[in-house]
Amino acid sequence: MMVVVITLAIIAALFGLVLGYSAIRFRVEGDPVVEQIDALLPQTQCGQCSYAGCRPYAEAIAKGEADINQCPPGGETVIIALADLLDVEAKPLNAEHGEEKASRTVVYIDEETCIGCTLCIQACPVDAILGAAKHMHTVIESECTGCDLCIPPCPVDCIHVKPIQPTLNTWKWRQPDGGFAVPRAG
Amino acid sequence: MLFSKADAPHLTTSSDVQSLMLKVVYALIPGSIAMFWFFGWGVLFNLVIAISVSLIAEAAMLRLRRRPVMPALSDGSALVTACLLALALPPLAPWWLTTIASVFAIVVAKHLYGGLGFNPFNPAMVGYVVVMISFPREMTFWTLPMGVAEGWPGFIDTVSLVFGLGAADSPGIDAVTMATPIDTLKAQVNLEYDIAYVRAHRVYGELFGTVTGVGWEWINGLYLLGGIWLIRQRVIDIRLPLSFLISLVLISNFFAVFDYASYSSALFHSFSGGTMLAAFFIITDPVSASTTPKGRIIYAAGIATVTYVIRTWGGYPDGIAFAVLLMNMTVPLLDHYTRPRTYGVAERRE
Amino acid sequence: MNAADNSNIVKTEEDVWHFHGGIKLPGHKQMSTQTPIARVPASKRYVIPLNQHKGAEGEIIVATGDRVLKGQMLARPHGLISAAIHAPVSGTVIEIAEHRFPHPSALPGLCIVIENDFQSEWIERKPVAGDYINMSSHDLRTIIRDAGIVGLGGASFPTAVKQTEVGIDTLILNGVECEPYISCDDMLMRERADEIIKGLQIIAHIIRAKTCVVAIEDNKPEAITAVTSAVKHSGSSTIKVQRVSTIYPSGGERQLIKVITGKEVPVNGLPSDIHVLCHHVATSYAIYKAVFEAEPLISRIVTVTGRGVQSPQNLEVDIGTAIQDCIEFCGGYKKEAQSLIMGGPMMGLTLDTDQLPVIKSTNCLLVSAGIDITLPSSENHMPCIRCGKCVDVCPANLLPQQLYWFSGSKHYDRAIEYNLFDCIECGCCAYVCPSQIPLVQYYRHAKSDIWEQERERKKSDIARERHERRLERLEKQKQEREARLKKKREALSKNKHSRDTEMEKKKALIADALARVKKKRSKQNIKLRNTENLTAEQQQKIKEADARREQMKQQGK
Repeated sequence: MMVVVITLAIIAALFGLVLGYSAIRFRVEGDPVVEQIDALLPQTQCGQCSYAGCRPYAEAIAKGEADINQCPPGGETVIIALADLLDVEAKPLNAEHGEEKASRTVVYIDEETCIGCTLCIQACPVDAILGAAKHMHTVIESECTGCDLCIPPCPVDCIHVKPIQPTLNTWKWRQPDGGFAVPRAG
Repeated sequence: MLFSKADAPHLTTSSDVQSLMLKVVYALIPGSIAMFWFFGWGVLFNLVIAISVSLIAEAAMLRLRRRPVMPALSDGSALVTACLLALALPPLAPWWLTTIASVFAIVVAKHLYGGLGFNPFNPAMVGYVVVMISFPREMTFWTLPMGVAEGWPGFIDTVSLVFGLGAADSPGIDAVTMATPIDTLKAQVNLEYDIAYVRAHRVYGELFGTVTGVGWEWINGLYLLGGIWLIRQRVIDIRLPLSFLISLVLISNFFAVFDYASYSSALFHSFSGGTMLAAFFIITDPVSASTTPKGRIIYAAGIATVTYVIRTWGGYPDGIAFAVLLMNMTVPLLDHYTRPRTYGVAERRE
Repeated sequence: MNAADNSNIVKTEEDVWHFHGGIKLPGHKQMSTQTPIARVPASKRYVIPLNQHKGAEGEIIVATGDRVLKGQMLARPHGLISAAIHAPVSGTVIEIAEHRFPHPSALPGLCIVIENDFQSEWIERKPVAGDYINMSSHDLRTIIRDAGIVGLGGASFPTAVKQTEVGIDTLILNGVECEPYISCDDMLMRERADEIIKGLQIIAHIIRAKTCVVAIEDNKPEAITAVTSAVKHSGSSTIKVQRVSTIYPSGGERQLIKVITGKEVPVNGLPSDIHVLCHHVATSYAIYKAVFEAEPLISRIVTVTGRGVQSPQNLEVDIGTAIQDCIEFCGGYKKEAQSLIMGGPMMGLTLDTDQLPVIKSTNCLLVSAGIDITLPSSENHMPCIRCGKCVDVCPANLLPQQLYWFSGSKHYDRAIEYNLFDCIECGCCAYVCPSQIPLVQYYRHAKSDIWEQERERKKSDIARERHERRLERLEKQKQEREARLKKKREALSKNKHSRDTEMEKKKALIADALARVKKKRSKQNIKLRNTENLTAEQQQKIKEADARREQMKQQGK
């Protein structure tokens, strides 16, 4: 009987030593997974994931507080990339957080209507609107991420959404459908 | 001028899934006729029951899974599964046995995994193994082959046997059912009779023809011919049956050379039981087999090895079904480690 | 035959290497090789797109309304990988605008539209001709670049950029033309073999090639004969003609290099890494024209063929000619014509109209009648049955099946790991697939999706930086504001303190003063006079003064 107890105790002690050594020898400083997650997110800073930006969302995912399917601008691509990174199951986009847009969009300001109030400038998370108080505002289209955060604050509703048209250099081949492997209605 | 649009390439071969499957069915015909000749109406009933149950089950599952029924049903894959099952199961198997095997094969092994192209396990073998393990007694309902007995049970008798219409203690069953030669050999060898004695001895010897069991040489031979035709038609990959048969011959010869009395010869193994059926029709199921060239060679060799092991030392007489399922499990691993070297890549780094 | 002849005798097939896979296809070339190359008559209007080659579009150097001469440069190369565009006829530039041209996206591109004045007035031409031997590689490359020459085998890569390497062992001239129906290279080799070989010698001079091989498929015996005798006429001892088995796609650059030299181009590498360079026979012909006749690339041979066109044949067409004019010259469409394909049946692009211009990469206009060319619908294909036929035929030795699974499920990391970008999109896999899966479509979509993702990633990196800068700026503003507030508060509290002490001081002074006055008064014992025995008048005056004081006090309040 005693032999058993002693043997188990020795085994437990050995494993404890191994674990302790590993904990010290292979310790990783900081939390690199947050950087890796943030690198995959689209940086729209729109807040649709219900966090204050892409970085807070990345931190929430790393902590386990948020699921990986809350980012509509990233869409399926980002969900799959996150699933691969974190070794979890990829799942469809959570509809509560929005729909994936058919194509990327940018906004533009109707200059006839703009009153120069700077409310949209303060709202833009990437400072893509150029302007000053009582001066014309304009959107720098190449920097606009399509987050649409500038649209609610505008008091005269002069900001409109337009889809980005593909050019000869940016168009994509059409995706074939999945054939009979995909369910159809009816 | 229509100016219709389409994606390149604009040429395609005439073969499609349906023609491939139909060719497999055609290649099975000679062997099935031999089966019918030696074992009677039971074979036909098996076929009818298996085919009808399989097609109904497939249609039902497609409906449930919201897929278009006709294109998938008409591609012939359920038909092939049904035929293989029917030919593997014993001729006097009760109708419910065949039904259970078919339903399991189509519903569980094929559709629950995603339908055609997505099943990791060979559906016919899954159905076979399920009934083999659950109903071992019924799996021995082989009739005496023609040439040993005067004839197999007549049509009416077969109907009553298969559909259980006769009394349960009808003399028909006990008088006609026998094990296959493989089964017999195994049982007797386990009782320490040596092979030559078993073969010569009148009681059991009736079952053995010149090489192997009566009738089995014909059946396997005709499956072999059908298989060669399939290879010529480029329906199946030659690596699979070639690797399987060569491995089987090598292993059985190896052991037979050591101790001829206790181990059957390569010829026996090649032409008995379901060997040729397996070599050309079962292991060549493309969906569950390995996909890379080297992987297929290893896959088939593995099946041959496990089959031999089960036949010689295992509990069941014919181990092909189990061997196939075991090797199906290894396919993802095989595919990963046998990737061909891409053009321009200096060496395969793993 | 003397020994000198044997050096360029056609090599036989025995000492040829093979590439993995490939398929044998019926040729269908006879129908378009019955007549010699014909010239399409001039048309009224030429639409010349700027986007006809890989790399950057040229910079336009003409304006609307300019009169241009035949062969005049309309756009000059912009940057390193770019090519020039020239006018195929003399006339007036009537428009520089967006027009549709053959492109898989069906999007319009910037085009220069010229109205022909039917005078065929050339620019001044000063050909270098045989003098090229004395020119440097750099100068010759400049001639080729300014002539707008791009690879005419289909890739349209600016040729001069390819010729920067020296120390090439083997220069291969690709006369293979492996796709069915196309015969433009065959006819070019039959009729103009001497010019092709002269062009080959120019290229060999530029890159200092040690040996040259002209590769021709063995289904073109007339071409082989013509080229062999041209090689003999040239007297060169370093040029060989090699027959290649007719397997599709042996005309692919990487596959052809393996067949001729036995070496493989390394993944992510170029043929020059293994000291090989490939050119196309039509490119060689264009180089000859540029050097010996000072003609830029303004026309090419196009095969118009298929069962849907009345008289299939090969045409010499000016760049910018409408496709409709070419088809009409060949008798027009037959009743059963169904689709128009630019290119061959394996890799060609279906066009939805023939009001598009012929561009530098248009090698064939295939009008199909739906008999031998099926247009399988890519919708509703059967699932993959993992039969492995695609693996057997892939010339790049890939696993098309796995690429299909990964592309379809958007697992792009795995697709790249399985060498998706080594796929040459030849279509062999889709050709053999029993489930009729449009495999090439999956790979093309996956590749363009991956490129889009890379662009998005770059954009999102910039967006992240802008966002972080913005947060920093807001943070800084906040801190500055707080600092200012703090200072103000401090200043206020400091002021209050000093005002208090001042007040205190003042009060103290006043108190002192009062005390002094009191003391003084009491000391002096001064009696106030005139405060008793006042007359009535004086009392009245005092009352009025008091009242006035009261009033003033009231008003002051």
